[in-house]
Amino acid sequence: MKYGIVIVSHSYDIAQGVKKLISQAAPDLSITTAGGTEDEEIGSSLEKIQQAVDDNHGEEILAFYDLGSSKMNLEMLMEMTDKKIHKYDVALVEGAYTAATLAQVDSPLDVIEKNLQPLKIK
Amino acid sequence: MKLELTTAKKWIALFVEKLENNMAVLNELDTAIGDGDHGTNMKRGAEAITAAFAKKEPETLADLYKTTAFAMIQKVGGASGPLYGTAFLDMSKAEKSDELELGDLLQIGTDGLKRRGQSDVGMKTMIDVWQPVSEAAKNNQLNQKVIDDALAKGKDLVATKGRASYLEEKSKGHIDPGSQSSAYLFESLIEAIGA
Repeated sequence: MKYGIVIVSHSYDIAQGVKKLISQAAPDLSITTAGGTEDEEIGSSLEKIQQAVDDNHGEEILAFYDLGSSKMNLEMLMEMTDKKIHKYDVALVEGAYTAATLAQVDSPLDVIEKNLQPLKIK
Repeated sequence: MKLELTTAKKWIALFVEKLENNMAVLNELDTAIGDGDHGTNMKRGAEAITAAFAKKEPETLADLYKTTAFAMIQKVGGASGPLYGTAFLDMSKAEKSDELELGDLLQIGTDGLKRRGQSDVGMKTMIDVWQPVSEAAKNNQLNQKVIDDALAKGKDLVATKGRASYLEEKSKGHIDPGSQSSAYLFESLIEAIGA
């Protein structure tokens, strides 16, 4: 599919939980996660984000994150990778859910982004 | 002045030593206005730097800064990982194309912090140490007083960036932990140059 979703969270469980939730709305979408540090502790890991992006089957990535260092690591990866990543400063759960629902039915990016606009919180 | 590889290696080695010796101090500062783990995180980064150098001794300045950056990025876990990581990675990239004057090198690191943290001076972050240190180095006037003054000035600021910003006025009177670890970094630099 055109778009895949990457979830970046400080918590392994949050990342898994959001994936589980949005998979119900978007069963055909490639959804990969980077939750917690490499030891599954609370934190964020550039390597995990890299892995989630590499493993994702979307031609382009829609990325959602929770807190400060998730964002910083995500932005760092965006500077390093050739893959097209769109990062959204929106509420993680609602944003990922909205994007997944729309991407599942092949909505164009401008429609997805228009729907994400009211969810912007950071 | 320009840093020689041996001096720069000494610089990073001293920084590692200070991080390992001051874990408790950094944790305590972070407990007051953050989540209490800056010392633990930075110590983990310091150990990763040592391990990376043991695996492969850096042969150029660009190598040295890049290895330092990746150790911090991979092991620190908290926000200081991508922040220190970006500063050192940008310095590494800059050294690759050009041998830089120390002040210009540190300014590139500072600009990396500003970009990564979307932050600037006066927000009670490590930038409040990096920027005056960069300025002083450009004028060949980097000394302990520059660092002490920067820490003292930052202590009186109200945080407007990072987790401490949630404390608003209560963040005043505390030293920002990232500023303190940055002070260790530049104290190490002064010692390395003087040695």
